[in-house]
Amino acid sequence: MSRSGLAGRWRRNVFVALLAFATALALAFLLVPLVAIFLRVPPRELVAQLGSEVAVDALVVTLKANAIAQALILAIGTPAAYLIASRRFRGRALVVTLVELPLVLPPAVAGLALLAAFGRLGLLGGTFDALGASISFTQTAVVLAVAYVASPFYLRQAIASFETLDQPLLDASRTLGAGPARTFFRIALPLAARGLSAGAALSFARGIGEFGATIMFAGSLQGVTQTLSLAVYAQFDLNFDVALALGALLVIISAAILLTVRLLPAWTRSSSISLFPFARFGSS
Amino acid sequence: MDALKLDITLPLRSFRLELALAVGRETFALVGPSGAGKTSILRAVAGLARPERGRISLGGRVLFDAEARVDRPPEERRVGLVFQDYALFPHMTVEQNVAYGGRSRTPELLERFRIGHLARARPQELSGGERQRVGLARALARDPDVLLLDEPLSTLDPHTRAAVRAELKEVLDHLSLPVLLVTHDFHDAAVLAGRVAVIVDGRLRQTGTPSELIAAPADAFVAGFTGANVLSGRALPGLGGLTQVTLEDGGVLYSVDVAEGPVEVAVYPWEISVAREPAQDSALNHVRGPITSLVRIGNRARVQVGALVGEVTTASAERLRLEEGDLVVASFKAAATRLVERTAGIDGRT
Repeated sequence: MSRSGLAGRWRRNVFVALLAFATALALAFLLVPLVAIFLRVPPRELVAQLGSEVAVDALVVTLKANAIAQALILAIGTPAAYLIASRRFRGRALVVTLVELPLVLPPAVAGLALLAAFGRLGLLGGTFDALGASISFTQTAVVLAVAYVASPFYLRQAIASFETLDQPLLDASRTLGAGPARTFFRIALPLAARGLSAGAALSFARGIGEFGATIMFAGSLQGVTQTLSLAVYAQFDLNFDVALALGALLVIISAAILLTVRLLPAWTRSSSISLFPFARFGSS
Repeated sequence: MDALKLDITLPLRSFRLELALAVGRETFALVGPSGAGKTSILRAVAGLARPERGRISLGGRVLFDAEARVDRPPEERRVGLVFQDYALFPHMTVEQNVAYGGRSRTPELLERFRIGHLARARPQELSGGERQRVGLARALARDPDVLLLDEPLSTLDPHTRAAVRAELKEVLDHLSLPVLLVTHDFHDAAVLAGRVAVIVDGRLRQTGTPSELIAAPADAFVAGFTGANVLSGRALPGLGGLTQVTLEDGGVLYSVDVAEGPVEVAVYPWEISVAREPAQDSALNHVRGPITSLVRIGNRARVQVGALVGEVTTASAERLRLEEGDLVVASFKAAATRLVERTAGIDGRT
């Protein structure tokens, strides 16, 4: 082998080693803090702390608010995404941009904006006051904060999923006697189900971890508006072990959601597409 | 009474489709090169594309009328459309696909199209021919008043194509429905349809039975499209009432057709005979040259001599021991030499 060949080989090895080093550094940086949460407190202690009143209250508030918020996101977001995806209208690009704006908006600003709109002295606050309803600093506020921050994750994915539907399939449905509504429920929805599920999972993950908008708009009242993320922050000064236990719980929930999203495509690619909740619903 | 009548103008990307057509209880084929606007016509009939002007009626029902502002939605038209790639619903079984068009006729249609054993299969598991049968069964389950077929054979490989074509012909012949099919293949159209219309750039060039089109192609495009050799030349009145055509390469041909000036000469491959020496027969036209290509297709051999393609039986090719490069004479009668109008801007060959 020639000298230049040897030198070239050496250079290639150094390059590969640099790549491996960068990868290892990145992985370590991302994983070490997460592992630290679990190492700092023994598992038995973690479980015990989760039984504390603060933790249970926060879990209940988080699950309840997120369940309602996700139901609203799915119920309103799905038809809206279908319309945006299937029509070409003037200002469509603007609409899509508006949908994505909350993705890049600082959450604290989102909370402030919600307060400015729905707060007692806000734009629509008077209207709600007249109806005898006050929104800010209630559980409704938590739901709105979560929905505001999390819905763009679902909407974006849902629009993309509906856009990639095979148009001839929708056309075929129409020529076979199905109106637009039946075509939506029996063809578009089941075929987009994979993408919609991924979007819903991402939106759920974002909603569970919501902090900034909630604390601005809903406050942090234990048992009322204090979600898991808010409880971590509140317990940080009071009982670090509780904060760690809540943190560990959030890590587990987030990992589970991510895993679901990753596994989703593989699961649906098998021939069992009809096992999908939407498809089952559609073929009834 | 004509079952399907249309007279529409539909702007497409690069041209304007303008066409009037009436289809009775028959199989009618629209043939033309890809991009001629064939699929758009089916989409307009099905209600998936909106014409700019005109009227579409089906058995007396008005489906579309621009002036009267009638535009029935696709689901109300009773039009069975079989899509080019069949557009079967991938998340449903064969049975669910067919039942989507109409539940009551599903068992009968599964039986009739011999897909009963596939009832629980998914479209992804089917062969091309099976998919087509499911697509047909689903379209008919709707109990349509017209059946539209978009390139029904184009997605099949050559091996299954002939078998599926024969099967499709059998089905279409037994339907008492008007059928409008589009294809880019004249041979498919000739096998499947009783009447054929050639469409180019959104306009009809010629309508007739397949044999009428072959016997008297309206122009060079139709001649080439139906499989003829098309040669350019200049016609002059010649001896004995025949027309003498001087080809661009200097060769001279005779035709019984009357023409003068620039013309296109159309000769079908099966009217050309190939010999080692000029035969002492009645054929007036002889083209001498080497065989530039010799392709055997089953019991036939396609022999190219100069610009001409002749078709002889494989047996004859064997008997004459024809090989590429051999000097031969291609002969054809003046009566088989058609003179057609030159068509500007279009290459006559396909």
